[in-house]
Amino acid sequence: MLEIRNVSTLVGGRTHIDGVSINLERGTLNVLLGPTLSGKTSLMRLMAGLDRPTSGQVLVDGKDVTGVPVQKRNVAMVYQQFINYPAMTVYENIASPLRVAGKDKGAIDKAVRDAAALLKLTPYLDRMPLSLSGGQQQRTALARAIVKNAELVLLDEPLANLDYKLREELRAELPRLFAATGAVFVYATTEPHEALLLGGNTATLSEGRITQFGPTVDVFRKPLDLITARTFADPPLNTLAVQKVGTRLEIEDGPALPLPPNANGTADGSYTIAIQPHHLSLSTPAGEAIALKGRVSIVEITGSESFVHLDFSGTRWVMLAHGIHQFEQGDEVTFWLEPRHIMVFDAYGRAATSLAEAA
Amino acid sequence: MNDTVSRVNLAGTAAPSLAASDKLARSMRRRGDESRFWWLVPLLYILFLMLPIYWLMNMSFKTNQEILGTFSLWPQSPTLRNYQVILTDPSWYKGYINSIIYVVMNTVIAVTAALPAAYAFSRYRFLGDKHLFFWLLTNRMAPPAVFALPFFQLYSAFGLIDTHIAVALAHCLFNVPLAVWILEGFMSGVPKEIDETAYIDGYSFPRFFVKIFMPLIASGVGVAAFFCFMFSWVELLLARTLTTTEAKPISAIMTRTVSASGLDWGVLAAAGVLTIIPGALVIWFVRNYIAKGFALGRV
Repeated sequence: MLEIRNVSTLVGGRTHIDGVSINLERGTLNVLLGPTLSGKTSLMRLMAGLDRPTSGQVLVDGKDVTGVPVQKRNVAMVYQQFINYPAMTVYENIASPLRVAGKDKGAIDKAVRDAAALLKLTPYLDRMPLSLSGGQQQRTALARAIVKNAELVLLDEPLANLDYKLREELRAELPRLFAATGAVFVYATTEPHEALLLGGNTATLSEGRITQFGPTVDVFRKPLDLITARTFADPPLNTLAVQKVGTRLEIEDGPALPLPPNANGTADGSYTIAIQPHHLSLSTPAGEAIALKGRVSIVEITGSESFVHLDFSGTRWVMLAHGIHQFEQGDEVTFWLEPRHIMVFDAYGRAATSLAEAA
Repeated sequence: MNDTVSRVNLAGTAAPSLAASDKLARSMRRRGDESRFWWLVPLLYILFLMLPIYWLMNMSFKTNQEILGTFSLWPQSPTLRNYQVILTDPSWYKGYINSIIYVVMNTVIAVTAALPAAYAFSRYRFLGDKHLFFWLLTNRMAPPAVFALPFFQLYSAFGLIDTHIAVALAHCLFNVPLAVWILEGFMSGVPKEIDETAYIDGYSFPRFFVKIFMPLIASGVGVAAFFCFMFSWVELLLARTLTTTEAKPISAIMTRTVSASGLDWGVLAAAGVLTIIPGALVIWFVRNYIAKGFALGRV
């Protein structure tokens, strides 16, 4: 088990990590989700022991390892850039952590060949890493991480520099590859849908702080605050300032929205509502729904889906609609929204819905 | 002409474009005619460049009488006596040995000292690192003559005058900064993540440096060594000032060959030829990296 206890780092007077505490269990997949510069890599470097925190502790199985150098910890890390040893063959690259550990020849050979077979690198074992394609280079780096059998496996956006097809393929394989090892598995990404596809637990990061940590689907569906909801939305989250009066949410010069069922207990006042883009639809949903009107500004078509950018009550909303939809700029469209999908946040950005639900 | 017509007939609609390409081909041929003498300028350039070297070799195979007496483009009575003198007379060949000893010492010291320094400049940020890095290079801006007097006084005090190590250390003043600059460029071309991956894999720093890092900057080490070698090999002033007899370099011996019987031109020319050879050999070995070296690794 890896425990980060109230860790902060200051680099040149600027806070990179701000009071982070998190517990990661063995055999779990943990996603660090956040935009660039949110502190994902900084946090991983702290977990690995490459950097020392300014304050706070890092514990492995209850033992304080805060000052222990990275060589003495049993970790593996894969970077976004394809990092291998260019002067060694693929075989030697994969074997390198075992050679340093002083394993005997037969064991090394078996481990390397098993890992290579797992990652489909067997035909390339005698090649140099730089003569391989990007996907093969990254698989070499992953194979090196696998053979080490580390307690902590850190993957820092490992698929970001790969092309679409390879990314899909490797993303499906990755959790399976590391699941058997019983390691703490940490995966950093900027893409919300990647977190959802990987499953496991997700910690959302923003400006060096963890805003929420829990099972990925829970974090996605019930964000505890607005920042988490924003981090976990792609395309961007739709927000709007509203006034709660009784059971209605009043929009300034716009229609009133019904209060979502789980926000009943909250007091009247100013709130911000947030709606995920895929919860707006062009067709009438099956359940209870309200119709709203907006003006189209841009439509982006991505094959099977369309991003419809709408001007609604003075703000720009994005709707993720299935199928291809063609609109002219300025067209007025009616779109639908189920009240239960409205997330309500108070003036401090805390979820009014989830809190009410928890109470 | 016949050929063109038939092609036009066959091609039909493609005729205009064919005519255009024909015209282009003709104009290219004409320009080819104009540059029939393209080899002239390079030839002249190489001729002028090689002339002094040829003349040196020419002289080295002549007798003194021929050198002083007649003008001849090649040796009329070729002789190896000049080379024989150098290779048999200790006062001559010891000059080469001395030169090679202190040049190799200097190269080894300079590169060994520069490797950790360049690594620090490339990988760490510390107070004043950029100023220090630039200051290093300013050492090369002073002419060696400036340092001749202080070096002489200093080495006399330590009893190092007329030793190989004295010259080797003196040349370090110029070669260490240069080697640091070259190596820093090559090292910065290696991503820092490779260092970290090695540490994560469990490599200790020395083991990482030798096993992982050195192969990646091997060409940089070669280029740095080459520049150190060349500077030390051709430098005359400091080498002559700091030596008297035991460690006297070949270049100093060459300037002191006026004997009672006058100047021995042939032997001097042969010594010149033998002095060029080591440099030419080293250049041959690093020829593929030399351009990158001149850019200090920052290509």
